[in-house]
Amino acid sequence: MRKGTLKQILLITDGCSNHGEDPVAMAALAREQGITVNVIGVLDQDTIDESGLREIEGIAMAGGGVSQVVYATQLSQTVQMVTRKAMTQTLQGVVNRELKQILGSDVTMEDLPPEKRGEVMEVVDELGETAELEVLILVDTSGSMKTKLPTVKEALFDLSLSLNARIGDNHFAVFVFPGKRRDVEKVLDWTPKLEALSTVFPKLTSGGLTPTGPALREALTYFKKKRSLRSLISSDEQYFEESSM
Amino acid sequence: MMNNTLKNHLCKLPSGYIIVGKWHKHSYKMIKPLGKGANGVVYLAESSKGLVAVKLSDNSTAITSEVNVLKHFSKVQGVALGPSLLDVDDWFDPYSKKVVCFYVMEYIKGEDFLSFIQKRGKEWIVILILQLLSDLEKLHQEGWVFGDLKPENLLVVGQAPKIRLLDVGGTTLKGRAIKEFTEFYDRGYWGMGSRKAEPSYDLFSVAMIMINACYLKRFEKKENGREQLIKMIGADETLRKYRKVLVRAIDGKYEHAREMHQELMAAVIDESSSTKTKSRSNQSRKRSVQKRYQKRKKRSGVLETALIVMFLLFMYVMYLYGELL
Ligand SMILES: Nc1ncnc2c1ncn2[C@@H]1O[C@H](COP(=O)(O)OP(=O)(O)O)[C@@H](O)[C@H]1O
Repeated sequence: MRKGTLKQILLITDGCSNHGEDPVAMAALAREQGITVNVIGVLDQDTIDESGLREIEGIAMAGGGVSQVVYATQLSQTVQMVTRKAMTQTLQGVVNRELKQILGSDVTMEDLPPEKRGEVMEVVDELGETAELEVLILVDTSGSMKTKLPTVKEALFDLSLSLNARIGDNHFAVFVFPGKRRDVEKVLDWTPKLEALSTVFPKLTSGGLTPTGPALREALTYFKKKRSLRSLISSDEQYFEESSM
Repeated sequence: MMNNTLKNHLCKLPSGYIIVGKWHKHSYKMIKPLGKGANGVVYLAESSKGLVAVKLSDNSTAITSEVNVLKHFSKVQGVALGPSLLDVDDWFDPYSKKVVCFYVMEYIKGEDFLSFIQKRGKEWIVILILQLLSDLEKLHQEGWVFGDLKPENLLVVGQAPKIRLLDVGGTTLKGRAIKEFTEFYDRGYWGMGSRKAEPSYDLFSVAMIMINACYLKRFEKKENGREQLIKMIGADETLRKYRKVLVRAIDGKYEHAREMHQELMAAVIDESSSTKTKSRSNQSRKRSVQKRYQKRKKRSGVLETALIVMFLLFMYVMYLYGELL
């Protein structure tokens, strides 16, 4: 009995990248590796420029994830909601693919009569509750993000609280960009508890560059070399036989 | 999050607009919007079976989850733990050219919790909360935790006011992670426990609803959440009466809603027996003083009129006497 693992990158930023590869392309690359990319844009007052907004949406779309733009004060609720929504979305994708295999055609959940949908949803819920989850949190610490970091930290504690109430295991890692020497810098290695973050966050220093693309590319290399749920599916094995239902 | 243009459009269906289900072919005539939530919009509508509430959403996942919960509840006999479910279907929206999911439920005609309290008085808080605790006990016994418990999800219904639960979107199986919550009512936010679905999670929210109802506002957490809440409880006349129960709920000391119900009831009985004797002796004293005073006043009044009558009589006699002369 082997359970699938959901892999996500959660990018927290407040604007546009200005250095290195196109982050949208890097998100598409992540998706190919079975890693979902979610983006949260943090607003100051009510300003975010058009190009920043487009990039945030673009990254999430290419990364098969969810994006949301919020004020710093709403960050806690948003972080957990985005993460959960992306989980459900991914799992639903998995279940939809299963349906297609079983029913042979281009069937999705919406094509089922409402009565059957409920049963499928229960499966999705069950998977969301029990699946193993790996979230790599990638925090933009350039320029104006700096003042928002205490709020970001709080939101991450809150995320840990929400996800650790699940039955399935969680693994979190936190990276910031730009790093001192490299594009990204690890501030917290894979751990089930984000609370360990408290000591590392305030030490950050930051420059003017925002290398979102390179940061995403490097972040991908830190995922554990386990097979993701997606690759499990694409490799023609029956997920339903492997996991306990 | 709904797509914004779609959401706006869905929220503005004109009165009289008819939607027909794709699968079951039932039709519903929209009357007016009842409210808008995170997962969709709810309309009052007319069906062949009378007035109903119809919830429309482009988020089929959320709708399906809610329908699942409502279905489970309709299996619980004799108790209404949420609106009863009448129909589930899809509707092809010609405007957005997309399929919109909807479900139809019993229309609950009532007033929202906070405006009811504002109108009818704070003495209703504890009564409605006791009712709520009884409902929660049943819900918990069925293996569920409500999750997103807040005044907006409570309606007060009928001539003999009774509380009803709405919006089952956050309802979660016991032992799982809470699906949906609102910070102010969430014990995780206040640093008072996990987000695991267990009865004590709901009971924390119940305490927060009482605090909310007395202050008629929400407030933000400061440094020490627990201390802050206890201070708020101590500073309000109504809350102070139930202090012990509230603190135990906040601390997660109640494992079952019925325990909290019992102790809250005990506090109410305690309070009413002590205030009754106090106020009765007060009142009777006041009343007797008033009576005596009134009596004296009356007597002196009688005297006054008697004197006037005698005086007039005397003048009249004098007048007659003068006439005769
Ligand atoms: N069955 C019902 N009867 C009467 N009013 C309802 C009913 N269901 C919902 N409403 C109204 O619609 C509002 C929004 O519905 P709700 O289900 O809470 O949305 P969401 O789950 O998306 O937050 C509620 O606050 C309530 O005022």
